Amino acid sequence: MSKAARRDPVQWLKYAVLLLASFIVLFPPYVVVVNAFKRSDEGNDPFALPHSFLHFDNFRVVVERTHLWHSFGNTVYIIALSLVGNVVLGTMMAYCLGRLEFRGKKLVLGAFLFATIVPTITTQVVVFSVIKWMGLYNSLYAPVILFIGADVIQIYIYLQFIRNIPYELDESAMMDGASLFRIYRSIIFPLLGPATATLVILKTINIYNELYIPFLYMPKSSLPVVSTSIMRFASNNQAEWGYICAIILLIMIPTVVLYLFLQRYIFSGVTNGAVKG
Amino acid sequence: MNGLSYQAQKRIILLCFMSVPLALLALFTFYPAVKLVWMSFTDWDGLEANPTWIGFANFVEVFTNRDLFGVFLNQIPYAVVGIVQNAIAIVFAVILNSKLRGRNGFRVLMFLPFIMNAVAVAFMFQYVFDTTNGSLNILLGAIGLDGLAKTSWLGNTSLVNFSLASISMWRFLGYNMVIYLGALQSIPADMYEAAEIDGAGRWQKLVRLTLPNLTKIIQLNMFLTLSGALAVFDLPFVLTKGGPAGSSETFLFKTINTAFQFNNFGLASAMSVVLLLIVVVVLALQNLVIGRGGRDA
Repeated sequence: MSKAARRDPVQWLKYAVLLLASFIVLFPPYVVVVNAFKRSDEGNDPFALPHSFLHFDNFRVVVERTHLWHSFGNTVYIIALSLVGNVVLGTMMAYCLGRLEFRGKKLVLGAFLFATIVPTITTQVVVFSVIKWMGLYNSLYAPVILFIGADVIQIYIYLQFIRNIPYELDESAMMDGASLFRIYRSIIFPLLGPATATLVILKTINIYNELYIPFLYMPKSSLPVVSTSIMRFASNNQAEWGYICAIILLIMIPTVVLYLFLQRYIFSGVTNGAVKG
Repeated sequence: MNGLSYQAQKRIILLCFMSVPLALLALFTFYPAVKLVWMSFTDWDGLEANPTWIGFANFVEVFTNRDLFGVFLNQIPYAVVGIVQNAIAIVFAVILNSKLRGRNGFRVLMFLPFIMNAVAVAFMFQYVFDTTNGSLNILLGAIGLDGLAKTSWLGNTSLVNFSLASISMWRFLGYNMVIYLGALQSIPADMYEAAEIDGAGRWQKLVRLTLPNLTKIIQLNMFLTLSGALAVFDLPFVLTKGGPAGSSETFLFKTINTAFQFNNFGLASAMSVVLLLIVVVVLALQNLVIGRGGRDA
């Protein structure tokens, strides 16, 4: 920063505004962090530091009562299966739409566009009966198939990306006699890697945060995911802030860590996804 | 597969690669959309195979029953707060797009709420807004605003929707900001240099150069904000269960209850169709505005 900039009052105003915003962003999580480590007899001041940050009783109680590892396991299982489906089907679809000419291509593109306009949540009343008919109600596969089938944003991320892969690569592979499947598997799929990375991270965060679908399709208490387990626990333990803060913290940590390490992919995914529209 | 002609290969690939995605699309988007419209004219209870056709009765119910259509009034605060949120997000994007020490750190921090688990965030704010032990009221008391420090943020019928909307502002402001920031960074730097050579000041550059380049992305964000406000569900569902006295119920909240608690799937279908149509109208209006803006330019 130059000397002139340092004296500029606008520059100081900017920092003042940013510091105020930082305070507002950090204020609620700060309260959660300090209270997660407090015993119930440590007083009512929510801002005071706990006697010790090594006091893990709240976490232990919460993990036992909510079977939190089970919830994490279910959530990870759903995320993994959904992502495999999204990546495989998304790249295949993008290969057909981005590389092959066929009749009805416009129709297929239009169909996917329609799917992005209809808010998924408005059709749940009927989708519910489809899931029941498929026999997937109260099963981990209900969210999996809905995350694969009802959310088609991956098609757009891949389509946008595949246009930037030079077609000469396909042509020279054909001249060497490679089959179309081989071109998809050995050229297109690997070169879509950066798009896949972005998609995997954004979808992981979305699915991890999703409340509505697991709540509606897996109400059985033996099938908890993180969102439903915190909801049940907090509703049954009103105002036990030590416990509630502990479970909030445990559930927030995974995505926050993921974000801090992979922010580059997240920012590029958010920006590209929006500019598309 | 190598022995086949590329024409034949293409047919096989198209068939194999597209059948599953298209089947899923049909099953989870098109079939539900069509059936939703059909069922909205019946008294379907979600189970019965042959529901009775009752014409427009469900739609009449949706529009005349104040308990149903009237709850949209509860969602106005979300739209209002959403507009404020976009304005603030633009301010922060402009600030973070200027020469500033530590701007990446601020960007990372402000986006942080967006990636946090939504339910965890909701309960985090239950603690913030609690009347007696909540951190907000204790903070207000500590800085001398005793009059405000007894406020029941989630228990007051005229405040509750603003309190809930401010939670979603806390979550999504950074997200909007990052989108605006991306749009700002795609404005070529030489346009600013040219403006400076022409003697444009800071304010002129903002109003004449920056904001006009953001028009399209502002409209996109406004659409997301408005359709989000129309489809509010999880915050009142988790935190207030629609209370106090139904003052934080939303249309989608009502729809879900009508279907899954009262098993009136026909009426719920009609409500979904109405919501769907409103979203489509908002989208169409927006396209119209963008189209017109394009012709003027």
